[in-house]
Amino acid sequence: MTTQISRRNFLKSVSALSGAALVVGFDTGNALASTGNAAEFTPFVRITTDGRVTALIKHFECGQGTATGLATLIAEELNLPLDQVEIEFAPADAARYRNLLFGSIQGTGGSTAMANSYMQYRQAGAAAREMLVAAAAEAWGVPANSVALADGQLTADGNTAQIGDFVASASAQDVPATPRLKDPSEFSVIGNPDTRRRDNVPKTNGSAIYAMDLHLENQIVAVILRSPRFGGTLASFDDNAAVDVPGFIRATALPTGAGVLVYGMNTWAALQARDAIVAEWDFSQAENRGSDQIKADLLAAVNADAEFDAKGSAAETAELLNGAAQIIERDFFFPYLATATMEPLTCTIAPTETGVMLYDGCQSPTGAQMALAAVLQIPQENIEITTLYAGGTFGRRSTQTADYQVEAALAFALNGGQQPVKLVWSREDDIRGGYYRPAVAHKVRVGLDEGGRIVGWDHRVTGKPIFKGGPFDAFVVKNGVDSSSVEGVHDTPYDIPGQYVGLTDHRSPITVNWWRSVGHTHTAYVMETMMDMAAAAVGRDPVEYRMEYLNGGTADQVRMAGVLRLAAEKSDWNGPVVEGRSRGVAVHKSFGTFVAEVFEISGDAEDGVVIERVTCAVDCGVPVNPDVIAAQMESGIGYGIGHVMRNEITFTDGEVDQFNFPDYESLRISDIRAIETHIVNSTEPPTGVGEPSTPPSGPALANAIAVTGPRVTQLPMAANGVRFF
Amino acid sequence: MPTSLNINGQTHMVDVPDGTPLLWVIRDELKLTGTKFGCGVAACGACTVHVDGEPVRSCQTYVEDVEGTEITTIEGVASEVASAVKQAWNELNVVQCGYCQSGQIMSAIGLLSENRTPTVDEIENYMWSNVCRCATYQRIRTAVQRASEILEA
Ligand code: FES
Ligand code: FES
Repeated sequence: MTTQISRRNFLKSVSALSGAALVVGFDTGNALASTGNAAEFTPFVRITTDGRVTALIKHFECGQGTATGLATLIAEELNLPLDQVEIEFAPADAARYRNLLFGSIQGTGGSTAMANSYMQYRQAGAAAREMLVAAAAEAWGVPANSVALADGQLTADGNTAQIGDFVASASAQDVPATPRLKDPSEFSVIGNPDTRRRDNVPKTNGSAIYAMDLHLENQIVAVILRSPRFGGTLASFDDNAAVDVPGFIRATALPTGAGVLVYGMNTWAALQARDAIVAEWDFSQAENRGSDQIKADLLAAVNADAEFDAKGSAAETAELLNGAAQIIERDFFFPYLATATMEPLTCTIAPTETGVMLYDGCQSPTGAQMALAAVLQIPQENIEITTLYAGGTFGRRSTQTADYQVEAALAFALNGGQQPVKLVWSREDDIRGGYYRPAVAHKVRVGLDEGGRIVGWDHRVTGKPIFKGGPFDAFVVKNGVDSSSVEGVHDTPYDIPGQYVGLTDHRSPITVNWWRSVGHTHTAYVMETMMDMAAAAVGRDPVEYRMEYLNGGTADQVRMAGVLRLAAEKSDWNGPVVEGRSRGVAVHKSFGTFVAEVFEISGDAEDGVVIERVTCAVDCGVPVNPDVIAAQMESGIGYGIGHVMRNEITFTDGEVDQFNFPDYESLRISDIRAIETHIVNSTEPPTGVGEPSTPPSGPALANAIAVTGPRVTQLPMAANGVRFF
Repeated sequence: MPTSLNINGQTHMVDVPDGTPLLWVIRDELKLTGTKFGCGVAACGACTVHVDGEPVRSCQTYVEDVEGTEITTIEGVASEVASAVKQAWNELNVVQCGYCQSGQIMSAIGLLSENRTPTVDEIENYMWSNVCRCATYQRIRTAVQRASEILEA
């Protein structure tokens, strides 16, 4: 169902298709355009004479449902059932397929795929519709407004034709500058809860091709023996024992000092050979601390003056807290976390006539092209990318160093650059390989007056910044504050008087990255635990108490209150709780989307907790694919809660203690008994759904546990006094 | 010495050393890539295939131990149960990234082949060791029930 083609062939095919297809997209000035000079035209939808409609997908598909979502927009404006729109991944070419919210680069992240594409794909689909209608009207000699287009058929006055019959004459029509977009009241595909994902079939019969599945002729496999401590460098290695491994080709030191590159005829040979190699390392610049020390250092930092002020003034807030009737305060600790995508990292680089082709479940094509151009010393436009299905990302397939693509480039170049080389990470490489959610500590002191109202909020955070010093530093770091460390705190929709937010950077060679929902992974937990503690301290209902800080009338507050009210209603928050059960609530805004969750649990921390039911309410603007939204809510909740319950990356003398799933225990089928999602029927522009259900999941569970048990403020829960069944 | 393997009804002669996991023979030698590599240590289920109709973890199954058996992968699985499972998976939009789903489906077929009307507990026990990092579990549970319904109809 999906195919990928190289950019060069793609552009050739666009030109060759003139006359044989109606292709609609945009020109370099962002005006709607049709098949013309390929150099100046970017296709978004293609209709061929056989009536096949194909949406060109400019984002990658990692399970989040974007391919289905973008096809939905085309289907809607063309009045087609969704299952009649094929999907095809667009080539890597930022000039054509940039993410409109990312400036000049092509890439997927921050739950932006639908948000930045919504108008583009609808406009392209609507223009194609109007051109087909105009062509039919011309041929039949009838007014355009008497021509109907539905289910791939054009009809008027007793005339009937298939859309394929008119693609040639439609191509010759003027491209409408502003085609009429359907009114939301006319939507039949957008918002339809009963549609099937476009990738269901290939993903259930084994035919979907992921980067790990690529087998090119003459390809060899490379794996890397990396330093067991972050920041360590290779001193020497001995590969004598590897020589006996059948299929072992060669081992060579990486010029970066990062490890030993091991080549094999196939994956098993490369992995076996690597096991047989013994290396010595220089740890003088490495992270040599254990996790107890790291945690102590982080907690010490938040109990001291902050390095940077992110919001407000520490002195003014201190004054307000001095006058408070009571102060609630808490330290929080969040461990390093691996992403552990189901498909371990991998990509293949093969030579082409003018450069290379990268085969990758590529999340950030432009970043990968720039990094590969630098390593291989070839112009960026000669680095082509074939985007394959990605077996999950949770942020990991995009790093600011393009880490695994660069490793593949080195493996390719050091092998002579004439042969396809596939770089493979094992699960152990993945769990031990960094680019973690940073370990973070918070310290919060909230002052309440006699009536229980918040009068001041002192909030200090420390962790290794994700963006500082990287390519996006200028966009994200202001006055020393990497906003990804404090997002969700300093910009909370709650009206919190006297809020001070301070940030201290943590320094370590341990690599960190934008793990699913980035800073919100920890900030939501802290904000929503503190709100709950404040409500409890004055004997107030947690939902009602939060509402008091959401009635300032801002658009954000109205939407945040809306999901909170919806989740409360659907969970029967005010109704009786079954004996032995408890409920907890949390609400958070991230990536423009508002999510509230109510967790209902049975049991308690001491004897064992069971998550009986999660009620989720989401406002993500116009719900394009309700079932994809529900699936992403389920996914984000499961992903968030699995890590909050059980996961941590710990260190002994700088070495990661965990290896694989047996000691980095995943969420299982029995961990959550039921999740139900309720979607606000919003008319706001659509926002993302891949991440926003993760942030509230941890604190909603923690707040439910706290009803009869401890306030869990150090994670993971299972290592801090909570038993789970 | 080449090993003879019967996979999806076809005989393949493969020349790999003893001790090679069946997973890597299926994927790298025979290029049947629907069977996935997730952990290599029998801890995720992504590599599940059927050996004589029983789900096994191919990453911890050695090639010399399956000579003379009938091996079935996601590409070759075909039965009344298999089509009910695939239909249910489609109806419920179970897949997300999809990387675990071959294994989930092979396990679900294993379960429904021995027990066409499993309870929720039985589903959870049987499917417990199939990891899905996208957390599609709720839909997996419902889809197994739906497949059971299709089979019983
Ligand atoms: S790859 Fe075999 S169980 Fe994980
Ligand atoms: S669908 Fe992605 S791991 Fe299961």
